[in-house]
Amino acid sequence: MSASPDVPGAVGVPAGAPAPGSAPASGRPGGHLVPDLLHPSARDPRIANTAAAATAATAPGPGPVRAAVRGAGARAGIFLLAALVLVASAAASVRIGTTDVPYGDVGRSVGFHLGLGTEALPPLVDSLIWELRVPRVLMAALVGAGLAVCGAALQAVTRNALADPYLLGISSGASTGAVTVVVLGVGAASLGVTGGAFVGALVSFALLMLLLRRGGLDSVRIVLTGVVVAQLFTALTSLVLMASGDAEMVRAITQWLLGSMAPARWDAVAVTAAVTAAGLLVLWLNSAALDAFSFGSDTASSLGVDVRVTRWVLLVVTSLMTSVAVASVGAIGFVGLIVPHGVRFLVGPGHRVLLPLSALVGAVFLVWTDALARVAFSPQEVPVGVFTALLGVPLFLLVLRRRGEL
Amino acid sequence: MRIIAEHLSWEVAGRAVVDDVSLDVAPGETVGLIGPNGSGKSSLLRCLAGLRTPAAGTVRYDGEPIRGWSARRVARRVAFVEQVADTDGDLRVVDVVGLGRTPFGDRWRGPGAHDRAVVDAALARLGLTALRDRAWKALSGGERQRAHIARALAQQPYAILLDEPTNHLDVKHQLELLALLAGTDQTVLVALHDLSLAARHCDRLLLLHGGRLVAAGPPKDVLTPELLAQVFEVDAETGPDALGHLAVSYRGPLTPRSPATDPSPPPSTTPSTNKDC
Repeated sequence: MSASPDVPGAVGVPAGAPAPGSAPASGRPGGHLVPDLLHPSARDPRIANTAAAATAATAPGPGPVRAAVRGAGARAGIFLLAALVLVASAAASVRIGTTDVPYGDVGRSVGFHLGLGTEALPPLVDSLIWELRVPRVLMAALVGAGLAVCGAALQAVTRNALADPYLLGISSGASTGAVTVVVLGVGAASLGVTGGAFVGALVSFALLMLLLRRGGLDSVRIVLTGVVVAQLFTALTSLVLMASGDAEMVRAITQWLLGSMAPARWDAVAVTAAVTAAGLLVLWLNSAALDAFSFGSDTASSLGVDVRVTRWVLLVVTSLMTSVAVASVGAIGFVGLIVPHGVRFLVGPGHRVLLPLSALVGAVFLVWTDALARVAFSPQEVPVGVFTALLGVPLFLLVLRRRGEL
Repeated sequence: MRIIAEHLSWEVAGRAVVDDVSLDVAPGETVGLIGPNGSGKSSLLRCLAGLRTPAAGTVRYDGEPIRGWSARRVARRVAFVEQVADTDGDLRVVDVVGLGRTPFGDRWRGPGAHDRAVVDAALARLGLTALRDRAWKALSGGERQRAHIARALAQQPYAILLDEPTNHLDVKHQLELLALLAGTDQTVLVALHDLSLAARHCDRLLLLHGGRLVAAGPPKDVLTPELLAQVFEVDAETGPDALGHLAVSYRGPLTPRSPATDPSPPPSTTPSTNKDC
C-alpha cells in the first residue's frame, strides 16, 4: 500500500498510514483544509473542483491526465481510421463481382442516383451497380455492424466472452420463425418474414434464459445450452422445410439459411438500416449498465442499474437486430464473436467506445467477407456464412483455449 | 445516514433467511454484523442495500422507506461491496473503480473531469494509484478487494455496506481497511468473521443467529462466552489481549458431548471484560 509516491495526503488518509493504535481520524473531511472528494458533500461541483484542483496542484506529475488525453486522441484516430476504411471497403466491394466495374462507373451511378448531377450510365450497368451491388454492400455493412454490436452486448449481459447471436441459438430461432412464415404462411399477413424471425428469436432467447436460470452463467454452460437451443431450432426449421417445401424451395431456403447477401434489395436495406441504427443507439445509451454487469447482477444493481429492465431491453433489442439481419440475409455466424474480441483488444472493455467501434469494424469485416464470397469460386457464389464460420471457428477455439476451458 | 430496519424478513423457498430483524444504525456509526455461516448476514445486508425486496418489514434511509426506490436512487445513498465479485473482462483497476461513478453518469455524456478526480482520490485512498493501469486478472485477492472498496468510495456514499471485506486480506491490510472504514464519517455496516477484529474496530456489534438478531450493543456486551457458545457453538473466553484490546480466545468447538466431558466448563462467567472498550 505504501507504493503511492504521487499521492500526498491531500485527499485524505495517506494510504498505509494508519498504524495500529493511531487514531484513524485523518479520513474525516472536517480535519482537512481540502475537502474529501470521496464524501457525499463533495458532490457539489464547486467543492469538488476545489478538491480536484488541489489534487492536481499537489500531484507531482500530470501523468494520469495526460494519459487520458492521449487515450482520447488515440480513440478518435481509431474511429476516423475505421470510418475511412469502411467507406473505402464499400467502394472497392461494389466494384468486385462476377463482372468487375470500374470505379468511375461506380462514382457516376451513385452520383446520378443521389442527384449530384453526374451523367447517367447505360441502364444495364447502372442497374447492376445501383440495384444489385450497392444495396448488397450496404446490407453487408449494416448486418456486420448489427451482429458485432449484438455480440458485444450479449457478451456483457451474459458475462460470457463466447456469447454471440449465432452461438446462443438466437439466429436459429429467427430462422425457424422466418421459415415458418415463408413456407407455412403462418402469420404471413400480420407478421411478415421479419416479424416471424423476431418472434422466433425471442422464443429461442427466452428458452435459453429459462434453461440457464439456475446454476449460474459460466461460459461453457452457456455455450452448451446455446448449442442445444440452436440444435432444437435447426431441427424445427428442417422439419418445417421437409414437411411442406418442394425441392426448389428447399434449395433456395437452405442457401438463404447459410447466409447470403445476394437477395439484398433497397427496401430490405432501409428496414435494416433503421433497426440497426436505432438498436445501436439504445445499446450505446446502456453502455454504463453493460460496463456495470462486469461483476455480476448484484454489483450492477448496487451501482444503480435496474438489472431486470436492462436485461429485458437488451434481450429485445438484440433479438430484434438479429432477426432483421436473419430475415434479410439469413443466419451469419461468428461475426458477433470475432469482431468485439478484436476491438476489445484494441480499445479495452468500455462499452461507450467498444460498441460503436465494433459496429464499424463489423461492417468492414462483413463487406470484405461478402466480397470474398462473391469472387472466391466465381461464377458460383458461396454463402457468406460459410466464410464467417471458416474464419470464426479457429478464433472460437483460440478464445476457449486462452481461457483454459479447452 | 441513518439506516433503520423494522421487522425485516426475507425468505427463500419458504425458509426465512432473515427473520423479523429490527435494527437502527446511527449516522457515522461503524457497526459490525457477526454470526456463523448461514446466519443470514449476507441476505440481511442485501435487503438493507436494496438489492432484495424483503418479504415483510421496512428499510428506511434517514427515515424514508426505500421500497419502490429506483436502483439508481439507492446507489446514490449506499455503496455495497460483495463478498466475492469477480470478472472475466479485461478491466484495469481504474476501470473497476470508475464503475463507482455509474449512479451519477449521464447516458449521453460519458464520465467527466470531476468523475476522474473522484476516481483518482479513491485509488489514492486505497493505495492503488501505482496499480491504476494493472489488469484485473493480474491482481492478488487483496488488491481486488481493495479495488472494490475504492469503487464503493467512488460512489461518494452516505453509507457503505460490506460483506466480509477482509476475507482475502493479510493482517496488515485487514487492519488498514477497518481503520479506514472506522475513520470515515460515513455510516458503515460490515459483516465480519473475525470477532476480535470486529470488537476492535466497531462501535457496536449485531449478532445474527438463524436469521434472527439475538444481540446488539457494544462489543463487550455482545461478545460474551454465553452468547458465543450459544450462537457459534464454541467454547470461548473474552478479555483484553496483550495490548489491552477486547479479544476472543477459543478453547475449541463446542460439540453436543463436550460440555459434559470438558473438565473446565465455562468458568466463572464474570464479565471481566468491562475494563476494555
